[in-house]
Amino acid sequence: MTESLAIRKFSDLANPTRFLALAERVLPWLAALCCVLFAVGLILSFTTEGDYQQGDTVRIMYIHVPAAWLSMMCYSVMALSAIGTLVWRHPLADVSHKAAAPLGAAFTLIALVTGSLWGKPMWGTWWVWDARLTSVFILFLMYLGLIALNRSMDDPSRAARVSAVLILVGFVNIPIIKFSVDWWNTLHQPASVIRLDGPTIDPEFLWPLLIMAVAFTLLFFCLHIMAMRNEIWRRRVATQRRLAARMAGRGD
Amino acid sequence: MTHAFYILTAYTLTTLTILSLIAWTWMDGRARRRELAELEASGLRRRSAAAPAGTPSP
Repeated sequence: MTESLAIRKFSDLANPTRFLALAERVLPWLAALCCVLFAVGLILSFTTEGDYQQGDTVRIMYIHVPAAWLSMMCYSVMALSAIGTLVWRHPLADVSHKAAAPLGAAFTLIALVTGSLWGKPMWGTWWVWDARLTSVFILFLMYLGLIALNRSMDDPSRAARVSAVLILVGFVNIPIIKFSVDWWNTLHQPASVIRLDGPTIDPEFLWPLLIMAVAFTLLFFCLHIMAMRNEIWRRRVATQRRLAARMAGRGD
Repeated sequence: MTHAFYILTAYTLTTLTILSLIAWTWMDGRARRRELAELEASGLRRRSAAAPAGTPSP
């Protein structure tokens, strides 16, 4: 009974009109919560003490680490959507992965640039071709490739299927990014927050980092819902224009 | 503040990227909404919106 209710709720969301109504209700709350968390996170980021070794440069962590997490989370959301496209042909699944690609590219770019700006004073270099940096750079190129692919095809359903296959093939890069610092000896430091034995980072740095991470995540979901809504509207415009052209051709 | 240049550049570039992303998404939404309104004004309606509730479709 519960399972059938869950399936019905999931199927209900397949209706774009219901999704648009839900987005209208959810977006203001999500945006307000995101603004509050950003305000608190930024105040904490600039008022807490600097690190005894890194000094004030540690503050770059509060934007670099959430952006890096989001670059991977966004791709994981796209991979789940790709499964929705290929397995269930859920009408919103292809809208979801198409809308997420530019967001993922932007957050990956932020992670790469802020990482470089953190690396120069700490490591003495802007960039090294080590496993973590190279795999994140490949992720950025994958996002750009998926955006280009989606824009190069006129038929949205065909573009969605081809993109979905590529997204799932490219998903192999996500565990490589996550575990690259454990598998290979790299310049990049190993994981210090998500670890089996708990975070090794001091609570003074951990709290601002977690608040900024939640704020970035809410920002992603706000923008993703807005971009999905735009894509649904774009498809409605295209459909109506096609119908108008057909009617004009028939002389209606 | 030590290494102020690196910290301020990182925060400025992140802020600019995020604000551009928000502006682009918001403006894209406004443009699509305007297109839909124009189509509706020219008499084109979605098939589901055109038929009154309860009217059987042909």
